[in-house]
Amino acid sequence: MSSDRKEVKRDRPWLMRTYSGHSSAKASNELYRTNLSKGQTGLSVAFDLPTQTGYDADHPLAHGEVGKVGVPIGHIGDMEALFDQIPLDKMNTSMTINATAAWLLSLYIAVAERQGVAPSQLQGTTQNDIIKEYLSRGTYIFPPEPSVRLTTDIISYTVNHIPKWNPTNICSYHLQEAGATPTQELAYALSTAISVLDAIRDAGQIDGDAFANVVGRTSFFVNAGIRFVEECCKMRAFVGMWDRIAKERYGVQDPKLRRFRYGIQVNSLGLTESQPENNVQRIVLEMLAVTLSKNARARAIQLPAWNEALGLPRPWDQQWALRMQQVLAIETDLLEYGDILDGSPIIDAKVRELVQGAEEEMRRVKEEGGMVQAVETGYVKRQLVTSHTDRMRAIEAGDLKIIGVNCFTETAESPLTSGTDSGIMKVDATAEREQIERLQAFRAERNSKEAESAIAQLGDAARSGINIMDASIRCAQVGVTTGEWSNELRGVFGEYRAPTGIDISTHGMGQSETVATLRERTLKTGEELGRPLKILVGKPGLDGHSNGAEQIAVKARDVGFEVVYEGIRLTPEQIVKAAEEEGVHLIGLSVLSGSHLELVEDALGRLAEIGLSEVPVIVGGIVPTEDEQNLKAHGVAAVYTPKDSDMNRIMSDLVNIIRESNGLERFEDAA
Amino acid sequence: MLALRTPPDPESLAASVSDQDRSAVARALNLLDDKRPEARKLAARLLATLPKERLYGSGHLIGLTGPPGAGKSSLTAALVRVWRNRGLAVGILAVDPSSPISGGALLGDRLRMLSSDLDDKVFIRSLACRGEFGGLSAEVWPMSLVMLAAFDIVLVETVGVGQKEIDVSKLTDTTCFVAQPASGDSIQFLKAGIMEIPHVLVVNKADVGLAARKTLSELRGTLKPPAHAGDWQVPALAASATKGTGIEELADSIEAHRAWLTAQGMLPTIRKRFQAEWIVKRLLEEFGRFGIETLGGESRLLDSLVEIPGSPFEQYESLRNRFLTNRGQ
Repeated sequence: MSSDRKEVKRDRPWLMRTYSGHSSAKASNELYRTNLSKGQTGLSVAFDLPTQTGYDADHPLAHGEVGKVGVPIGHIGDMEALFDQIPLDKMNTSMTINATAAWLLSLYIAVAERQGVAPSQLQGTTQNDIIKEYLSRGTYIFPPEPSVRLTTDIISYTVNHIPKWNPTNICSYHLQEAGATPTQELAYALSTAISVLDAIRDAGQIDGDAFANVVGRTSFFVNAGIRFVEECCKMRAFVGMWDRIAKERYGVQDPKLRRFRYGIQVNSLGLTESQPENNVQRIVLEMLAVTLSKNARARAIQLPAWNEALGLPRPWDQQWALRMQQVLAIETDLLEYGDILDGSPIIDAKVRELVQGAEEEMRRVKEEGGMVQAVETGYVKRQLVTSHTDRMRAIEAGDLKIIGVNCFTETAESPLTSGTDSGIMKVDATAEREQIERLQAFRAERNSKEAESAIAQLGDAARSGINIMDASIRCAQVGVTTGEWSNELRGVFGEYRAPTGIDISTHGMGQSETVATLRERTLKTGEELGRPLKILVGKPGLDGHSNGAEQIAVKARDVGFEVVYEGIRLTPEQIVKAAEEEGVHLIGLSVLSGSHLELVEDALGRLAEIGLSEVPVIVGGIVPTEDEQNLKAHGVAAVYTPKDSDMNRIMSDLVNIIRESNGLERFEDAA
Repeated sequence: MLALRTPPDPESLAASVSDQDRSAVARALNLLDDKRPEARKLAARLLATLPKERLYGSGHLIGLTGPPGAGKSSLTAALVRVWRNRGLAVGILAVDPSSPISGGALLGDRLRMLSSDLDDKVFIRSLACRGEFGGLSAEVWPMSLVMLAAFDIVLVETVGVGQKEIDVSKLTDTTCFVAQPASGDSIQFLKAGIMEIPHVLVVNKADVGLAARKTLSELRGTLKPPAHAGDWQVPALAASATKGTGIEELADSIEAHRAWLTAQGMLPTIRKRFQAEWIVKRLLEEFGRFGIETLGGESRLLDSLVEIPGSPFEQYESLRNRFLTNRGQ
């Protein structure tokens, strides 16, 4: 050891969390208590998609999704089980919840009450950033206007009653996942924050003086990619820009309340399925981006597991992610120094460049009428899809190198993925049925008169414009369910479907020889079959991660297909109806929530029913090898997973699959 | 060229289409899109078998057009809800531009999403314009006929500004133009006479307030009172697809235009006229001005086609053969 072992003052480490939850409240509670005993310092709750999109476990759209990507919370009984033996006055809980944030926070408050904990003692975060849901994550329910109102209701409520709560976590994280460049991430996240804060200011639920506290409680949830020097500069740019916005736009005098407070989950987009062990060093390097610069350091960090691109991580994988943080915070000397990047002219120049670019993009958003309007017109989504498409094309062309994907692809067999569980966690197949049984038993036992009257009061509050929280907490206390709460508000606010953003310009469609060959083949096959090749890209189920589907749709258009793309959250029945009406030659289904078996089998069954089983179906998503075999056995023509990054190869396959299903000879593989 | 794998029987297909059998409508549209000679023959038989009184005398064929971003798809979805409440079955042909580079297209993006509810009486087929001049692919007319045989309302949605895109008015009983608030383009086109006057004008996004009211009053300024008593007076309306206001009124105005056409006894004439123009356009593309002259000149050709209507494919084929025979080929 080279340094002298004298007493050094170390900074307090950031909050260490793991984004987790699965199967049931009970199973997740056990996992949380194990994680806490291993040195985790906060909780980060992952909810399943029905909970996030406001459906009870027994709703048709929930089928196959219950307990898959997170824990199912249907009512106060589930919430109580989730925090069993976890005293809420001592815990700092982050909840990744948006459209139903007011509801889950109400359940949390009601459970705290049963534990004897007052709201004022609660600490934590509700993500509560609906705008990015329209752009990337897709778990929105209501149109933008009432959604922003729900967001501001939560903020007003917590500022008045739960002063230590972070009511909104403006997310640039998902923007990066959807393709945002650092400049776009800065611009769109800050524009979102402005639109939310403006709305609160204009709603008038907060007194003038307390508004500085609202600005102070606004926090962010950021992403860090592998270009960690630039990412670190991005964080410094965020800090400077936010300070100025808080001071100049909102007149906040106290510098503490102008601090850019943020939590982080490092990039999942860049994690690869091939040679997945490399993800470990990617994650560690990405963590440096948000920790190196003390003045721009994260308040809370959660790291993905190395095998996220393969399927659900096991407890051991999550432990590994936690240990990475502990090593950096406890073993290294990072926390002994001030800001080690201050005064570097190179860093300063990069930060300036990012700030300038971001300010320019913020002006464009302003010209669109602000962030909400820019989302509604599809402007922002188009920008993101364009950036993401550029990225994919760069990977395809080899300009953007990814180890193990488009270079250095040779590998020895990995002992990590060869175990009996293939290196991932399997969700108990009985979880959905058991959750439905618990839900129905709960409904039968509660006082239904009380529940009905609480729901009616909720509807009144929604219509009248008074803060939604009191009525929601009342609903939580008397046993209203997640689906009932959401349904009542759907009735008042309506439902929304966001622009898909794939109507982007044809610039840079790709001019390579391969693309030209593919176009010829698409054209020729269309002529042989009598009409241009037409495909439908569909996203069945509740999962809103539409990047993969959008990339396939745009690429297929680029090589000459006529493409019908319908956006997210459709039942297999709706997709099959569309496929019939549109007369397509092939159907592509994209599922990333792990519900592929149920949803795809459902779609295949319905196609057979209407006599369309000759239309080939392909599937894209996070599909373990074992499931891939299973899907093919059911008649799926091909399965694509994140490791299939060569889009030309996929397009070449599509043409051949259509040829074979129509009795034509295959072309040789083009790519 | 590959032979058809399971050639449909056109006569029974036509019967099923008339019974609103969704799967039959889908198969009929596929057949009409199929360019193989064998398929063309079957398609001609299909069109010849569809009930004439439905194709030329009933239903309502509506064109909805306007610049990108005017909210045509949300307006369509809102209109569909009104029509469904009135008990009408609706077929929609949504035409989207094709990429000039790849020939590919992204179709029906917004529309499909907005009407994804499971309603058997709403049928949507999207179609790429496939580089066709005028923004409408050649398949639109024959496909409209199949839809007219099956549904009460057939709506053709196209995108664009100016005359090129309002070509949809050459195919539809009633053309409805959707204007975007605070965009002067359409008004300029109307004023300059570049764009044919649509039958119904609507400013969408009325909820934005002042800009929409201003556009509406400018649009009204371009409209002249009818020259003769009993002529159609073009209405200019405001609507908001998102707020659901003005939609019933829009549906009423569209319906009023149809009632006016019927009262004038014009419906069968204009449909036959559309078909005649469609056939002449196809011949013009294939044989040029010379071909049309050889066949007797455009106006005589149109008149004769209107007088003795038949299925468009059969008429086209017979004129085509006449030209080729006359040329001694």
